[in-house]
Amino acid sequence: MIQLFLRDIGLSVRSGGGFGLALIFFLIVVTLIPFALGPDQAALAVIAPGVLWLGALLACLLSLDRIFGLDYEDGTLDLLATSPLPPEAVYIAKAAAHWLTTGLPLSLAAPVLGVLLNLNFETGKILCLSLLLGTPALSLIGAFGASLTLGVKRGGLLLSLLVLPLYVPSLIFGAQAVRLAAQGLAYDVALVLLSAISLGAAAILPLASGAALRINLR
Amino acid sequence: MNNRPIAPRFWDRFWRLANPKVFMGWSGRLLPWIAAAAALSLCTGLTWGYFLTPDDMRQGSTVKIIYLHVPAALMAINGYLLMFVGALVWLIRRQHVSVLAAKAAAPVGMVMTLIALATGAIWGQPMWGTYWVWDPRLTSFLILFLFYVGYIALWAAIEDEDTAADLTSVLAIVGAVFAMLSRYAVLFWNQGLHQGTTVTVADGAKQENISNVFFQPLLLSMAGFGLLFLTLLLVGTRMEVRSRRLKVLQARERME
Repeated sequence: MIQLFLRDIGLSVRSGGGFGLALIFFLIVVTLIPFALGPDQAALAVIAPGVLWLGALLACLLSLDRIFGLDYEDGTLDLLATSPLPPEAVYIAKAAAHWLTTGLPLSLAAPVLGVLLNLNFETGKILCLSLLLGTPALSLIGAFGASLTLGVKRGGLLLSLLVLPLYVPSLIFGAQAVRLAAQGLAYDVALVLLSAISLGAAAILPLASGAALRINLR
Repeated sequence: MNNRPIAPRFWDRFWRLANPKVFMGWSGRLLPWIAAAAALSLCTGLTWGYFLTPDDMRQGSTVKIIYLHVPAALMAINGYLLMFVGALVWLIRRQHVSVLAAKAAAPVGMVMTLIALATGAIWGQPMWGTYWVWDPRLTSFLILFLFYVGYIALWAAIEDEDTAADLTSVLAIVGAVFAMLSRYAVLFWNQGLHQGTTVTVADGAKQENISNVFFQPLLLSMAGFGLLFLTLLLVGTRMEVRSRRLKVLQARERME
C-alpha cells in the first residue's frame, strides 16, 4: 500500500504527470477573475474567499480522471485486483497520493494567490487552514467518482457531473469559514463542520469506492 | 411461539412479488386501477382546488399553485427515497425488479423536482418579487435535481446492464448521504425566505397552519400525485423488464 502510494506520487511529480498543471490552472483562474469582474480592490476582497475556494475545487477536479484512468488502461489495476491488497486500500492510497500532489500544494498556494485578490494575510491563513481541512474530502470524493466512471469511455465530463454536486457541502463550509474570518466573526464552527465532512468521507467512501472498483474489475 | 414460522413465510411471499414474472402479472392487473384512481383524484383535487376554493386574503389567487407545488415537491423527495431503497434492495438481495424500479423512478422524480422548482418560481415572482432566491429550500431542491441528473447520466453511460445497476446503486446510496448533508449545509449557509413546513399530519392531528378549505383539496391532490407517481413508476418498470426480455430474445436469436 505504501509502495503504491509512493509510486503514484512519483508518477504525478514526473513530467507529464500533471503535478504543476493544477497549480497553474488555479493561478489562471485567479488571474481571470479581475478581468471578468473589474479591478476594484474592495469588491475583489469581498469575493476573494469564494473565488479562491472555487478555483481550488476546479483545479482539484482537473486531475481526477488520472487517479485510476491510466492504471485501468494499461492493466495495472487488474494486477492490483489480483494482489492481496483489498480495493479499499488501493482507493485510500490513490486518494492520499492525489491529495498530496494537488490538495496540499493548492492549499499552500492559495494565500499567495489571495494577495492578488486583495485578501489580507490574516484571512489568508484561515483560507490555507480551511483548504487543508477541506481538500482531503475533495480528493476522497473525487477518487470515489473516478472509481465509478472507470469503465466509461471519455468519462471526464460525466465524472465532473457526478462529483460536483457532492462537493457542495465542503464548498459551503469552507468558503463560509473564510468569509466569516474576513468579516472578523467566529469561524470555528464552519471549520469543525468542514473537517467533519472530510473525516466522514474518509470513513464511508473507502467502502463505497471499494465496491465500485470490485464491480468494475470483475 | 407458533407465529414464528409465519414471519419467514410472509417474507418469502413478499419477495416473490419481486420475481420479474410475478411482478409483471400483478402490476399488469393493478395498473389500470391505480391509473384510474390517479386520474380521478388528480382531476377532483385540482378542480376543487382551482375553482371551488376562495382566494387567500393576502395572496389572492396565487395561493392556488400550492396544489401543484407541494405534491410535486413531496414526490420529488420520495422519488429519491425510493431510488435509495431500490438500490439497497438490489445490492443486498439482487432483485432485478427493485433496481429497474429505481431506474424508472429517476426521470419521474427529476420531472417532479423541476415542477416544484418551476411552480415555486412562478409563485415567487408576485409574492417575493423575484423568481429565484438562494434560499435553503430552493437551493437544496436544485442540488437534488443535480443528483437526479447524475444518476440518470451514469445509467446512460455504462453499457453492461448489471454493472450499470451496481454502480448507479452505489451512487444512489452515497448520493443520498450527501443530499442530506447538503440539505443541512445550506441551512447553515443562508437563512431563507421560504416558509417552514405548513402541512404536518403528524400524530393524527393537523396543526392549525392551514385552513380546512385549502387543506382538503390539497390532501386529495397529494394523493393524486402519489398515485400518478406510482402509475408512472409501474409503467416505467414494466417497460424496463420488457426491454430486458427483448434483449435476451435478440441475443438468443443471434445465437441460432
